[in-house]
Amino acid sequence: MFATPMPMHIPDGFLSVIVSLVLWGISVIVIGFALKRVNTDLEERQIPLMGILAAAVFAGQMLNFSVTGGTSGHLLGAAIATILLGPWPAMLVMTCVVGVQAIVFQDGGLLALGANLFNMAIVGVTVAYFVQRLIQKLAGNRPWVTVVSGFASGWLSIFIASLACGLQLALSGTSPANIAIPAMAGIHALIGIGEGLITAGALAFVTSARSDLLTPEETPTPASRSLWVGGLALAVLLAVISPIASAHPDGLEWVAEQQGFLGRAQAPLYDLMPDYLLPGISNEALATVLAGIAGVGLVLIATIGVAMGRRRSSAT
Amino acid sequence: MHHNTVDIQNLVYTYPDGREALHSVSLSVEAGEKVALVGANGAGKSTLLLHLNGLLPAQSGYVRACGLDVVKENLGRVRAAVGVVFQDPNDQLFSPTVFDDVAYGPLYQGLPEGEIRQRVAAALTAVGMIAVTDRASYHLSLGEKKRVAIATVLAMDPEILVLDEPSAGLDPRARRQLIELLQSLQPTQLIATHDLALVRSLCPRTVVMNAGHIVADGETTAILGDYALLERHGLA
Amino acid sequence: MSLSQNLDPYLPGSSLVHRLDPRVKVGWALGFILTVALTPPDAWPVGILLVAITAAVAILAEMPAGIVLRRAAMATPFALSALPLLFTVSGHELWTLPWGWTLTYEGAVRCVSVVMKSWLSVIMAGVLTATTRMPVLLGALRALGVPRLLVATVNLMWRYLFVLVAEARRLMHARSARSASSPRPGLHAGGSIAWRAKVTGGMAGSLFLRALARADRTYAAMVARGYDGDIRTLRLTPLTLHERISIILGLAGLGTVAGLGLLLWG
Repeated sequence: MFATPMPMHIPDGFLSVIVSLVLWGISVIVIGFALKRVNTDLEERQIPLMGILAAAVFAGQMLNFSVTGGTSGHLLGAAIATILLGPWPAMLVMTCVVGVQAIVFQDGGLLALGANLFNMAIVGVTVAYFVQRLIQKLAGNRPWVTVVSGFASGWLSIFIASLACGLQLALSGTSPANIAIPAMAGIHALIGIGEGLITAGALAFVTSARSDLLTPEETPTPASRSLWVGGLALAVLLAVISPIASAHPDGLEWVAEQQGFLGRAQAPLYDLMPDYLLPGISNEALATVLAGIAGVGLVLIATIGVAMGRRRSSAT
Repeated sequence: MHHNTVDIQNLVYTYPDGREALHSVSLSVEAGEKVALVGANGAGKSTLLLHLNGLLPAQSGYVRACGLDVVKENLGRVRAAVGVVFQDPNDQLFSPTVFDDVAYGPLYQGLPEGEIRQRVAAALTAVGMIAVTDRASYHLSLGEKKRVAIATVLAMDPEILVLDEPSAGLDPRARRQLIELLQSLQPTQLIATHDLALVRSLCPRTVVMNAGHIVADGETTAILGDYALLERHGLA
Repeated sequence: MSLSQNLDPYLPGSSLVHRLDPRVKVGWALGFILTVALTPPDAWPVGILLVAITAAVAILAEMPAGIVLRRAAMATPFALSALPLLFTVSGHELWTLPWGWTLTYEGAVRCVSVVMKSWLSVIMAGVLTATTRMPVLLGALRALGVPRLLVATVNLMWRYLFVLVAEARRLMHARSARSASSPRPGLHAGGSIAWRAKVTGGMAGSLFLRALARADRTYAAMVARGYDGDIRTLRLTPLTLHERISIILGLAGLGTVAGLGLLLWG
């Protein structure tokens, strides 16, 4: 079964409902904005261009190089997509890739998709964009710019996205902050090197073949300027919060408990249920038995239904 | 050479979905031979070639190349001896410059720098592409890319050159140049193609495949002259 | 080479689930995943019910058990990140490891809950994609409100996915074919990690550039057939009353289960 090897696609069950929904909200808003921008900028070319590049990013994630022993390095592609297409189309391309991975290949959950989109499509792209523009501004046309910019944007896009991922796990109470964040950051600091090197290599190839594709925008629009700022802000914010959170996990646990607390706050209203409906058998045990019977019943009905359906169709 | 360059016995290959691609195929190629492997699309030619350097593992039967069993432990040495040139040169030219592409093989092998340069120059000269050494392969014509792709394999000094549809997509002049090039190259050659004119010019021996079986194996003029045979197997 | 077999999750069939309207299926699947997410960790009876529902649906979809389990295994690597829960949640202590970590009952419950939840969600999503062809699934998503531009882009991406994945595999084959060791003693094959990464980058660059060229060709072909940037697709027939009621009932049922879980164990 095909799977992306990046350990950043969060499956369902690992994020709390509140964290998932909040990130869904943010992602929908930002991606909605990206859709509007791409509609204006790209016009008719947008679908073939983004669709095929999305397929290329997906396929590109299969390329690997051996590191040591059995491990290999892989690519996410947010940085490459940003360089080749610009930030807004790249965001949509990554949305398609992450979306297809989640929906079709169950690589990443559906409820958690909002968070995964935020990490890989939004943070990955904006941070890459910010790094690329920054290096370009600082170094201009020096010959080493493409390689350095490729490496830096590749590495940072992965690293910062992993911080966001770790924070989400911690805020959900799934993994304590002082383990989740350093673990994510540590692993992805290494994986990011692979991304950086591959991105740099890809840029070297593209520069030699079609350097015309890499000419920078002359005047950045207000939207891309705010994206630049957004990328910087995200990177700084996550880089600052993460060490604080890992050093003081109780702070995040407090947040996680508040989420649970919200649920528990309503419970007293419903404590009208007696603890025992039947003498001697606790409600919980009763419920378990009932659920077990209902469950077995469901499975039996399904099996019989299928068997009957088959018999009928083979009889006709 | 004491051994046959290629020795395949009763090779079977089944796709993951159950379709059989190769039904107990046996084939031997001696050193110095130039053999054509012909068959219609889907006959199994490419699948067979992929077994020669271990890209597909033998599911049943065995494959020996250049005196080595083509199994996991030997793949490093097998790939030095069996040079496979794939159909689409774009899949094989993945470095920024032609030099980098041709140097990949020797570099990977760990050869010293001086020798690498020497081999690259020799390979590119052999294919007539020494002039484009420092250029990006991206802008070359298809015929030029095919020749560079051959050079990438020649640089590893293989015992046998295996080519998959080398003349596909080439215009008449590029085709002619390719045939002349292959005639001039030393190593044993196994060429999968359905370009029968190329076969006639280049390969004294022809092996015919159809639906995963080898259905004929003999002298080229005899086989290509048998119209009924060709028609039966989708080649006319 | 039969690469498409590996990539398309659709398993042809004519089970009940295959024949359901895709909008109903997607609605129920999303509702189920939300229910799973809302279920508190120690609500065992609800958990049993959810497992039973999953099993029943998989059976109704006539999915081979081996395939179900293999696809569910996708979630397992990430499960490692839930392991620390065993030791960090405070509660009744069960077992102390030699170096001081203490396994608690509550921690075990939380950990198992997380793993089971992701398993069930993955299986349900897997059944959805195994019983619904991709273009049909995308149509359902469009009907549920996903923007036209995104759906159209994914449609095209899906069309070219197999082509480009095959290209990527050929690139890797071509590289393997030239990755050899020298018979001469004393030489170390493989080059440096950085070099190998750079070569992989070149492969990625080649893949992307060719994709860009292909996009130009596809655009030209689309224009030749009258494409002008507007996305027009065939509409799905409106949902029948029967189907609407099915969706509502199904979601209501799931909502009840979730509600019970929250009320009794939340």
